[in-house]
Amino acid sequence: MIEKYCDVAVIGSGPAGLAAAIAAKKAGAQDVIIIERDTELGGILLQCIHNGFGIEIFEEDLTGPEYANRFIVQAKDAGVKDLLDTMVLDLTPRREIYAFNKRDGMIKLDTGAVVLTMGCRERPSGALAIPGYRPAGIYTAGTAQRLVNIEGYMPGERFVILGSGDIGMIMARRLTFEGAKVERMIEILPYISGLKRNYVQCLLDYDIPLQLKHTVIDIKGRDRVEAVVSAQVDENWKPIPGTEDTIPCDTLLLSVGLIPENELSKKAGVELDPLTGGPYVDDTMQTNVPGIFAAGNVVHVYDVVDWVTKAGFVAGQHSGKYAIQHKKESERKLRVIAGNNVHHVLPQFLDPQNLEKEPQELQLRVKWPVEDRVWVKVEVDGKLIKQQVEKYVRPSEMIKVILSPEVHKKAVGGRELLIKVEER
Amino acid sequence: MNKIKEKYKEVKGKYDVIIIGAGLVGSIIARWLSKYNLNILLIDKEPDVGTGTSKANTAIIHAGYDSPFGTLRGKLVVDGNRMFYQMCEELDVAYKTCGTYVVALTDEDIKTLEKLMENGRKKGVPGLEIISGEEMRHREPYINPDVKGALYAPTGGIGDPFMLTVAAAENAVMNGTKLLLETKALDFVVEPFSLHKKKVSGVVTNHGTFLADVTIASAGLYCDELMEKLDIKYDFYVRARKGEYYVFDKAKKLQVKTVLFPCPTPVTKGVLVTITIHGNMILGPTAKEIKDKEDTSVTPEGLEELYKGAKRLVPKLELTDVIRTFAGLRAGGFLHDFIIEAPPKYWGFINLAGIESPGMASSPAIAEYVVNLVQEQGLELKKKNNWNPIRKSRPDFSELSLEEQGWLIEKNPLYGRIVCRCETVTEGEIVAEIHAPVPAHTYDAIKRRTWLGTGRCQGSFDTPRVIEILSRELGIPPTDVIKESKGSYFLTRPTKEVPKGELND
Repeated sequence: MIEKYCDVAVIGSGPAGLAAAIAAKKAGAQDVIIIERDTELGGILLQCIHNGFGIEIFEEDLTGPEYANRFIVQAKDAGVKDLLDTMVLDLTPRREIYAFNKRDGMIKLDTGAVVLTMGCRERPSGALAIPGYRPAGIYTAGTAQRLVNIEGYMPGERFVILGSGDIGMIMARRLTFEGAKVERMIEILPYISGLKRNYVQCLLDYDIPLQLKHTVIDIKGRDRVEAVVSAQVDENWKPIPGTEDTIPCDTLLLSVGLIPENELSKKAGVELDPLTGGPYVDDTMQTNVPGIFAAGNVVHVYDVVDWVTKAGFVAGQHSGKYAIQHKKESERKLRVIAGNNVHHVLPQFLDPQNLEKEPQELQLRVKWPVEDRVWVKVEVDGKLIKQQVEKYVRPSEMIKVILSPEVHKKAVGGRELLIKVEER
Repeated sequence: MNKIKEKYKEVKGKYDVIIIGAGLVGSIIARWLSKYNLNILLIDKEPDVGTGTSKANTAIIHAGYDSPFGTLRGKLVVDGNRMFYQMCEELDVAYKTCGTYVVALTDEDIKTLEKLMENGRKKGVPGLEIISGEEMRHREPYINPDVKGALYAPTGGIGDPFMLTVAAAENAVMNGTKLLLETKALDFVVEPFSLHKKKVSGVVTNHGTFLADVTIASAGLYCDELMEKLDIKYDFYVRARKGEYYVFDKAKKLQVKTVLFPCPTPVTKGVLVTITIHGNMILGPTAKEIKDKEDTSVTPEGLEELYKGAKRLVPKLELTDVIRTFAGLRAGGFLHDFIIEAPPKYWGFINLAGIESPGMASSPAIAEYVVNLVQEQGLELKKKNNWNPIRKSRPDFSELSLEEQGWLIEKNPLYGRIVCRCETVTEGEIVAEIHAPVPAHTYDAIKRRTWLGTGRCQGSFDTPRVIEILSRELGIPPTDVIKESKGSYFLTRPTKEVPKGELND
């Protein structure tokens, strides 16, 4: 077994991992290694060949691989090392990493700090308990994306897409480009779960019908999908008898949500927030395990890649500092609580000392949409310290609230910071 | 007569014994017969062994207390259980000897337990014991707190019926048995024999005719179709009995550790709460007789029934951790007994019908029973002196220590590439299964052997990679890779090609 030491190990080379590695280097860490299970750096960006990446950071409209490449070049220039085609088997609370690959066999890495950037995975079909057969032709949207964009093969010719996540909408357009027919997108909620812009650019522009308040109640076909049966649902999400509709197709794509990928985090004793499915983090993106940081979709699922990159920068910078200084943590952290119509908020802990030094960003998602002006209010132990107006709020669109150093005085000595969304 | 000549035309081979059906029972019979100086052919209509009842059932190794005294299955299950664990050791197939419990929730139930215990003792089932409710709560903390008592059967356990099928078939192949997959028995070759008997002298298949001195039909759900060809009738019918199941994520806390049966009804043993050999908790099965022998669809009613039934045993059960549902079909016979016999109007033919629960536990005893019948059909059985009872399983990467894993990668770098990250299955394991004595040539065949694709992501990650590996190892285009059966293709065409049929427009 090869044994090595590095200052910062970054697990996963998607946008968060690349940014974290670059920032860790900039913060002064000497040895920074990215561990990637695939054969190239870039993570899921490599299969996202559509555009729409980098508008915030580069003010350019890039494809996924182009966006990834900007950071791959930066990382290489900064002297970040990589371990490709390498799978991490275990991560201990003492930050020891066990990984392996074809070339080196088993590797043990001792680290000064670790950044978890494993991203997320798609919710699979089994969990949905759709009755019917289990024929070939049922894929998650991301698997279909890999088959089409990386492997160069079509997973089918006539599609029904269940769920209105962003990857599902992107794939509806992509498959149409490749000569397939997308019969319909079916969403159980009364609103789409992905971004409006994707709805317009991927469904409306290609005349792909969207059916809200519907679900798939049956899958037909034994060897291969032959049809799916949809039905309208009532307010309790139960199918309404008599609304069944059989849609002939050969493939069912699922775009029913993303789940942060934290099996490895759990092994290291990282505590997870049941609301996000990701680790509890403070404003430096550190988890409850000292020296283990996390960023990007492994923490909570983002809408826009630029924000993932920014989160990676924060985690990377602090991991670099941690690795070289073993910085003592402040004991007096504010607990950040999700209040009215807030599904979850990040970070879950905020150090008032850091707030004094520089502005701190809160990221939240609402539970339900309000298509009207709302107040977003921040309170410390019941005292209002900040409020802002949003023109509308939707679960699919993350909201940012910047706390400026001026509010530090109001927050210092507090215990709980509550964030809530109220209709005006 | 002309018809027979027609059939002989395409004779592809002559064997001492042909076994139709490479399910659990057929494969174990093949393994048992391979001890003797016989030329054996084992055929199955599917691309893999064990794709019928063997691949989707509750996997319980029954102790044998419940099947009635005086029946064939009542006898074979007790004998089979006694031989079962040694067979698993020889074939290197996993099992758990956790014991089984029949849980009584009412005083009425306790009476049922007493009857079951008496029946079991009469048949010689060892170690049966009725334990108190308190003891049961201690052994399974999540059990219904109202539990009044339970019948504990220490020789019961959990097996791996599918891998047992693979292992038995492999051991048979190692010992000279010929295995032909995708070979369906369409008809029999029947010749005149004596005044009262005809001779079955072979099988007509989609790949030609194979002749044999003794033909054994072990066709599971399809036994009646074969019986029809020979005009064999019993006072019972064979129906597919569907069993639906819920599978839970094994990472979750709420877990049972053993096999929990509710008190049985005349039709079924009821919905069990149990674990698999891989550590997933499962609920099942339902028991619904259906006409369609391929109908493995899951139904809303079935799932509802499972949940209600299982909740009685484990009230804290929640469905939020369910990762999969599936349905399996077992051959339900009206008589509720095994039929294993040489029908009197034929020579050279042995029929197995209605092998339902407890078929797995009975299987070694069934095989011995069949060996005797083969002898009665005039074949002289001589033990081979080079018969090898040992079949070793191939390395399971996730079960090895870090040192062993490192050593394996050094020996074969393919073990250094993960294909299924949830279940930690490597390319090395997949390639080994593709080229095994009983080869895995479909996605599901690989899945059943390696457990890949059964975790949290349910195959989203591994599917493109497995298609690539199968295509490479079998030398076929990715569009020819299939999931399970013919027609279960994954991919339709390369991108940038025009879809079929559109060129003519």
